[in-house]
Parts: sequence; structure tokens; C-alpha cells
Amino acid sequence: MPTRIKLQDGNLYPVEDPFTNVADDQDVPQGDVILSLARFQAEGDRLLSEGRAVGVRLKSDEEVEALAYDLPRLALVAFEFPKFRDGRAYSNARILRERYRFAGEVRAVGDVLREQAYFMRRCGFDAFEPADGSGAQEWEAATRRFRHVYQRAADGREPAFAERER
Amino acid sequence: MYQYDVIDKEFTDDRVAEFREQVGRRIAGEITEDQFKPIRLLNGLYLQLHAYMLRIAIPYGTLTSKKLRKLAWVASTYDQGYGHFTTRTNLQLHWIKLKDAPDILAALGEVGMHSMQTSGNTIRNVTADPYAGATADELDDPRVWAEAIRQWSTLHPEFSFLPRKFKIAVTASAKDRAATRVYDIGLAMRRGRGGELGFEVMVGGGLGRTPYLGATIREFLPTRHLLSYLQAILRVYNRYGRRDNIWKARIKVLVASLGAEAFARQVEAEWEKSEQEQVDLPDIELARIRADFTPKFEALKPRSEAVEKLKASDPAFARFLRHNVHPHKVPGYALVDVSLKTPGQTPGDMTSEQMNVAADLAETYSLDEIRVNYTQNLILPHVKLDDLPAVYAALKAAGLATPNIDLISDIIACPGLDYCALANARAIPVAQHIAERFADPERAEAIGELKIKISGCINACGHHHVGHIGILGVDKKGEEFYQVTLGGSGEEDAALGSMLGPALPADKVTDAVEQMVEVYLRERRDGERFLDTFRRTGVAPFKEAVYADAH
Repeated sequence: MPTRIKLQDGNLYPVEDPFTNVADDQDVPQGDVILSLARFQAEGDRLLSEGRAVGVRLKSDEEVEALAYDLPRLALVAFEFPKFRDGRAYSNARILRERYRFAGEVRAVGDVLREQAYFMRRCGFDAFEPADGSGAQEWEAATRRFRHVYQRAADGREPAFAERER
Repeated sequence: MYQYDVIDKEFTDDRVAEFREQVGRRIAGEITEDQFKPIRLLNGLYLQLHAYMLRIAIPYGTLTSKKLRKLAWVASTYDQGYGHFTTRTNLQLHWIKLKDAPDILAALGEVGMHSMQTSGNTIRNVTADPYAGATADELDDPRVWAEAIRQWSTLHPEFSFLPRKFKIAVTASAKDRAATRVYDIGLAMRRGRGGELGFEVMVGGGLGRTPYLGATIREFLPTRHLLSYLQAILRVYNRYGRRDNIWKARIKVLVASLGAEAFARQVEAEWEKSEQEQVDLPDIELARIRADFTPKFEALKPRSEAVEKLKASDPAFARFLRHNVHPHKVPGYALVDVSLKTPGQTPGDMTSEQMNVAADLAETYSLDEIRVNYTQNLILPHVKLDDLPAVYAALKAAGLATPNIDLISDIIACPGLDYCALANARAIPVAQHIAERFADPERAEAIGELKIKISGCINACGHHHVGHIGILGVDKKGEEFYQVTLGGSGEEDAALGSMLGPALPADKVTDAVEQMVEVYLRERRDGERFLDTFRRTGVAPFKEAVYADAH
């Protein structure tokens, strides 16, 4: 099983991944799986009825709104970064957390670099599959680098203007 | 002027520490230039033709003497003793060594400055009316709102990987001195029917390869909702702006392709759904910011005998008063332009010595404030009339008193091919040549307001589309040619220029400008500016004069 970095009790740890990421042309194996949106729409009901945990992997041009009615049944949503420069998933992740109040795992996959750690964490991502060989310690350091933030986001951190009011 | 508190200070310190570590990894060879590029670009560090260029943010163009002295010190310690003020009111240093960059950022951090978000596909340094807080025609000090935007946009978690760069300008005056119509978002404060203040929100302006003037998507946004509304605009853009083609990735292309009304509907729908009170600043924070923008003016006589006396005896001072001194909202004060356009110099360049002179003048005579105008000049915004003779003498001694503001030799020019890796042609020598041709102040004054803007490539950093005369450098089989446009304006009467005719070789540009000036002087009616005459006559007489030889 591939290793991923996961937020647990406020810290990032390397954690074994119980999910299998299933490509569209691949047979669905046993156990917990992550599917593309199209595949989930075709086979999700059946797989969920078998009692498995199911996650959906969204491409950067797919909208999180497409999952609105399925979210209570999903264990995780993974957002693909085709390139680190493609920032659409940050908006999708915030909508998922802040508008839909999704409490499952939100995972970053694809071109995932430690330079994005701070932004991803703030937008509600809590699981990461780095593509640059970086590990949990480096991600932990990157997310803790700034003692203050200037705006509210999906991580519940208190923004500067609220700190000042205290 | 806004003062960093401990939170702002620690934030900047953390950023410097992060960058120091990243530069260390690069110098140690742990990361390649390809991997380092996006990191350095998040801190305004570009690799240009000859060296690294550092672009330092000057939020809403406002500096204190301490900040300007620090810029002077950095320029003389780590660069060649000068800096270049840009049309985005930033300062560029063009000869930086990578190993020095973290120390430079640390030095800037000591005075509350940084280079965050002066590059990359982020919300860039926010600009504002350079007369803010000093002009009688404003509804509010727009820098209060610009500072709110600065903080909100700093390392914004959602909007740091946009389809393309994103620029916001704010004005609170009907007279647009911030070029808001050519910004990704232009905010112009208006008074509502009930007397309350709000913003007209313009989106999708921009120059570059396909120039557009911004479209108004909301006539009146109550000021308290500014940040949540900006979030809605940026979110729609971040999700739906094109990412497949760098030339079509700016928000102007999204707005143009959807149509301004459809775009506005998407923004409004997103805004309705968002938790506005989580984003908008509480009144107490706005009041805290505002308190930093309330200088203490004295009660003065509206007329200065010292000024009247010198004006009568010194025609050069009288000319300086006519062109470089403007009325202030408080009686007995004036705004003073500091010209960085002495004919023959590089537009916008300033030596460290000159920066120190300007800083001293700001401290002694201008309530410690100095502004950067997007026209690449500086402004001392709060000078007492009685102090004008002393300020004039000091500026003149430093080569900063050329009385040419908004005249033909007050030319905007980007760095062009002399520095920039993107340029097709040089811009600086063209500007120098034109300015020298019209160096005679009497002749320049007789011609009157005429705004020439020069870009060395289609990216339009020199705003050529909105010049009364716009000049764009193009490459034709390895030779520099220049396309001329006429009739543009970046102000409240904003317009994009129209093409004069075929591109001109470099050695014909100044002659062409002179020929067009002759046409204007021949055709103009009472009080008309060059722009007014052009708008009345159209391009024909100008075209005829410039291309007469070709027939």
C-alpha cells in the first residue's frame, strides 16, 4: 500500500492508505476504493451497498457541486492537481468543507509539492500524496511556518483581525 | 500611513525565514532552477537578461521616509545605486545576486516592506489614487480599503494559484488617477442615494495582447461587503478562468467570453451563497486601519506671501508651480510632484542619493509621507505652501524638479529590451530621445498635456494602449520597429488608442511624434488638449503628416 500523509489530532503523520485508487480501465478490487466521478456515478450505489468505504476522485475541471447529494455516503474526496499551478481544487476544497460541511477525508493527489502544503491545509485538505519525495516532517513544518494568517479559511485558524480584537 | 503591528511584523519575518531556507536549498543544489522558479516568483524575484531582478511591493504607492531610505540603502548596498519605479508603483532592482536576496528581504522587513505577490499568478500589489488623503475630490481615503485588500490577499490560501496574475486598483474620486478601467478589478467609490458609501465594481479591464476596458458588474457595493464580494469574483475566476492558454487566462477573457452580465450573475450567485460575515472585516478593524491614515494638519492661511514673492521674481519657480504643484484639501497645503522624467534620464529611475533627498523632504516638509504615482513620478502629498520655495530648491539641486508633469516629456516607459527577457524592442532610448527633442520647457508648456506611453512588447507594461500617443516596440526580422496608437486614455475618460498606420523604424519615431504635435498645434481649438483635438479630427490628419514621405 502506498504511503500518504494524514492529519490526525492536529498533526501530520505518514499513514498507510486503506484505499485503492482505481483507474477507469481497471477492475474494481476488494476493499475500500477511490473512483473517478464517472465511475462512481455508474457503480457507486452497488459498491456502497456492499458495505465498502468509497471515495471519489475529481479532476480539476470537475465541480464539487456534482457530489452534493452523495457526500453523506462518501468516505473521502480526492482532488487531482494535474500541475501544481492549477489552483481550481483550492476553491473546490473550501466549498466542500465550508459550504457542504463535509467531514470525511479531503485528499490532494497528482502534482502535489511541499510548497503547496500551507495553502492546501488552509483550504481543508487533510491528506496528501506528495509527488516530490517530501515527508510528513517537511509538510508539518511548512504548514506551521506562519504564526499568523490574514483571512478565515477551512482550517478554523483565527485571522489577524480577530487576533487583534482579543 | 499604516504601521505594521506585531502580527504584520511576525508574518513578514516568517516569510523571510521561509525564503532564506528555500534559497539555501537552491544554492546547495538540492533543487533545480525549474523547481526553484515558482518559489522565487512567489517573492518577486525574476531572472532577467543579465541578472536577477527583485520587484519590491509598495502597497498603494505610499512610502515613509524610513521606507524610502531603506530602499535607497538596499539599492546602493546590493545593486548599482539606483532603482526603477514601475507603472504598478513597485520598485525594481535589476542587478541582484541570488545569495543576497534573503538579506534584502530581511532588511525590507525591518521597515514593514516585502516583495510578496509582486509576481506569480496571485493577487498582486494593490494600487490606489496617489493623491489619496490629500485631494478635496475624494469621498474617503481609498488606502483604508487598499490596506484591507492587502491583508486579505496576502498568502490567500485559495487564490495563490490563479489562472493568471490579478491586479486590483482603488480610487475614491470621480477623477481617476489610478487607471481603474484597465485593471482586473477596478474599485471606484461612489455615494449611494441614502448617503452611504459604496464601490462601483469594474471587472475585466487590462492591457497586454488583447486590451479591454473594465465592465461595471455592480454599480454600488456597500463598502462593508468589499472583501466578501472580492472573494466571490476571485472564486468564479479561479474556477472558470481559462488555464489552457496563457494568452487567454486573464479574467478579461472570461468576462468577455461570458459577457459582463452573465459574469455578474455568476458572481452574485456565489456571493449570495457565501458566508459574508466570515470574510468582511469588522468595523473595529477598519477603524484601526483608518486611524493610521489620519495625519495631523495645521490651520494655515490659504495663501503664502513667500510663494507669491518668489513666483513674481523667478519664472522657473512659477513654471514649477503651474505643472508640479496641485491644490490640497487642506488650506495652506499643496501636493508636489517629484519628476523622475528629466529629459535624457530613464523614466522612473531614481538614484539612492535622490531617494535620500526625497526621504528627507518627506520627513521635514510632508508629514513623513511620499507617494509613488503610476506615471513613474513621486509625490510629496502634504507640503505647506510656505515651504514650497525650500522644497523646490532641494528638488532642483537633486535633479528632481523638472516642471513637466503630464507634458510631452513626462513619458511612461517600461524597462524594455535593455533589461527585460520578454521585450521585443527597447523602450528607454525611445523615451529619452523624444524627451530630449522636447526638452525646451517653454515649447513643452505651449504643447500642453500630452501623455506618451511606451512598451517594449505586447505585454504593455508601459500602458501604450492608453497613451494619448502610444508606442509599442515590435520585432520585424530582428529589427526594432514601433507601432503608434493615438487617442488612448487610462483615466475617467478611458479609451484604447487607435492605430496610426504601419510600424515605424526606430529612427523615425521622434520625427513622427514631432509631426503629430505640429498637426495638433495647427488643428487645435481653444483649450483643447492633444487628446481632445484627436478625438475631434480623427486619425486622418495625423496619419497624413507622418506617412507623407511614403506617398
